[in-house]
Amino acid sequence: MNASPPPRSPLIRTVDLAKDYPLGDTTVPALRGVSLDISAGEFVAVMGPSGSGKSTFMNLLGCLDHPSGGQYWLGGHEISRLTDDALSSLRNRRIGFVFQHFNLLARTSALENVALPLLYRGMGARERHERAAHRLRQVGLAERMDHHPVQLSGGQQQRVAIARALVGDPALVLADEPTGALDSRTGVEIMALLQQLNHEGITVVLVTHEHDIAAYADRIIHFRDGRVVDDLANAHRDAGADLAALSAVSA
Amino acid sequence: MNFYATLLIALKALRVNKMRSALTMLGIIIGVAAVIVMVAVGSGARAQVEAQIRSLGANLMMVFSASSTYTGARAAVGAAYSISEEDAYAIGRELTDVVAAAAPALRGSGQIVAGNSNWSTSFYGVTPDYFDVREWSIAEGRFFDQAEINGAAKVVVLGKTVADNLFGDASPIDQTVRIRTVPLTVVGVLAAKGQSPGGSDLDDVLLMPISTARNRVLGATSLAKSRAVGSIQIKLIDGIDSQYAEERVRELLRQRHRLQPGQDDDFTLRNLTEILQTREESSRVMALLLAAVASVSLLVGGIGIMNIMLVSVTERTREIGLRRAVGAQAGDILRQFLVEAITLALIGGLVGVLLGSAGAQAIGALAGWPIQLSASATLLAVSFSAAIGIFFGFYPARKAARMSPIEALRHE
Ligand SMILES: Nc1ncnc2c1ncn2[C@@H]1O[C@H](COP(=O)(O)OP(=O)(O)OP(=O)(O)O)[C@@H](O)[C@H]1O
Ligand SMILES: [Mg+2]
Repeated sequence: MNASPPPRSPLIRTVDLAKDYPLGDTTVPALRGVSLDISAGEFVAVMGPSGSGKSTFMNLLGCLDHPSGGQYWLGGHEISRLTDDALSSLRNRRIGFVFQHFNLLARTSALENVALPLLYRGMGARERHERAAHRLRQVGLAERMDHHPVQLSGGQQQRVAIARALVGDPALVLADEPTGALDSRTGVEIMALLQQLNHEGITVVLVTHEHDIAAYADRIIHFRDGRVVDDLANAHRDAGADLAALSAVSA
Repeated sequence: MNFYATLLIALKALRVNKMRSALTMLGIIIGVAAVIVMVAVGSGARAQVEAQIRSLGANLMMVFSASSTYTGARAAVGAAYSISEEDAYAIGRELTDVVAAAAPALRGSGQIVAGNSNWSTSFYGVTPDYFDVREWSIAEGRFFDQAEINGAAKVVVLGKTVADNLFGDASPIDQTVRIRTVPLTVVGVLAAKGQSPGGSDLDDVLLMPISTARNRVLGATSLAKSRAVGSIQIKLIDGIDSQYAEERVRELLRQRHRLQPGQDDDFTLRNLTEILQTREESSRVMALLLAAVASVSLLVGGIGIMNIMLVSVTERTREIGLRRAVGAQAGDILRQFLVEAITLALIGGLVGVLLGSAGAQAIGALAGWPIQLSASATLLAVSFSAAIGIFFGFYPARKAARMSPIEALRHE
């Protein structure tokens, strides 16, 4: 309680963060006091058995949900003090989300999907499209800008989603099982992309069940029953190199 | 988020479910089209009635001799008419604050013969004021003047119907017609007026100087002596309360006729403004009825919109969650769905206006009814449909805006 942010605050600081879900007359504790610091520029993998509270934790980090207890500072701001509109604006400007099931808008071009966050900044169409196009090129989809999600493979859709997460120049990208719906090779492609962003200075927090995927992070946090049980540095693998090796084998 | 972008999102969402959007609009379309058609037909009919009444003379009031309300036979034998030319002149002279003009008229009827054509009609002995009071204009030739009245000149002005029946396509001017053996020279033909509200032919008429009618054609000495007339036609000053004018005329005539308090009037007053008012009353009742029908159909249309918007909000829960996740504020979501509902209602309203206008034109062309499209009714119908969109779209939109981002995002 009453922990104040340190003088040089990390990007993320949680103190005794807790989340209970009401279930009938009782409550289910999904998170039972998580205290963590994540510095700007880290690449963190969150692992743990199903139901251990990983998604709950990510949703709190993403300011999509309100904690039942504890504090959460993002970039020095205590989140519970912010209004709903301020949280929307925070998500818009500082956070990018990548979901397991992509969550692209159907019947909407890749370009428009990527540009969506900028719409809520009141940015004009021209600038929106320029920025979205730039991000789509960055994720290797220069040729697919006008395609709709149904015309794209799962890996391509996830890359559109990553471009969307990046378009607002966020400090933090949160990815809950971003490779969960993809085959392992496409998973490595996505990890290569995330590593590349991380090298550019964006903090990445991702949830995964797969050790092979977590291996690309430089810190691995284990959850069990709503608590952190392990928090280890990891000498990360280079996804780009793995991808090159895979290509060499199949060639 | 700017309005234009919001509108584009709304239009896109409506386009995705074209059929559903169209069906949802149907209630509004039918409601608005019905309003447009009914107002067009209603105001067309009213305009026609008003035009007909106006053709009789605007602000017209008539005084009849009490006895003239009995049969023409009795009048023809010269039963004492109770009102006189002098009464007419007195009204014109003394009630200048309410009366613009007062014209005496002496009515008769009979065979009119021209060459070997003949025609039975009513004729009136009148003064030049009569043309003004009844708002006659001349199509050909001229009216007769005061000098011709003073001299009981043998001149006559024909109504269009009479002229057509006696002379066909030839010009009647300077031709001679005979009434009861009296030859009269045609000096003018009246411009056609068409039918009266009661359905009689206003152009089946023949006008001559009142002195000519009295002294030469009717030739009744008792009439000549009394200078009695069958009716006095009065044109009121524009905007004068007809009730008040009636009181003033009644007062003057009672005084001139030396009627004691308690004694009945020996004349009858009739007022066309009253007829006009009853017409307006009935058209107001009709307008209320239309408004009721329209509001029911628009209400049903509005509920349809609310229903479909609720479905749409539920279907697009994940989309709402995603938009919230990437930074949409609750207000952005509210506006998005509200604009969608308003767009739905407005497009419905505009389509309704187009269909209604086309329908009204078609009815006008097929049934031959007079149609009057009303800009204010159109504007009202369109703004009302927008209001329906706002009213019935608000609840679904607020429901969408109040969703928690995470629950919306997790929605299956
Ligand atoms: N909306 C909710 N209402 C009630 N209980 C919930 C809700 N969301 C999560 N829970 C519960 O909270 C606990 C943690 O759930 P969470 O989704 O965070 O787990 P997870 O670690 O992400 O699991 P998985 O690996 O399967 O995605 C679980 O016991 C779950 O049943
Ligand atoms: Mg999860």
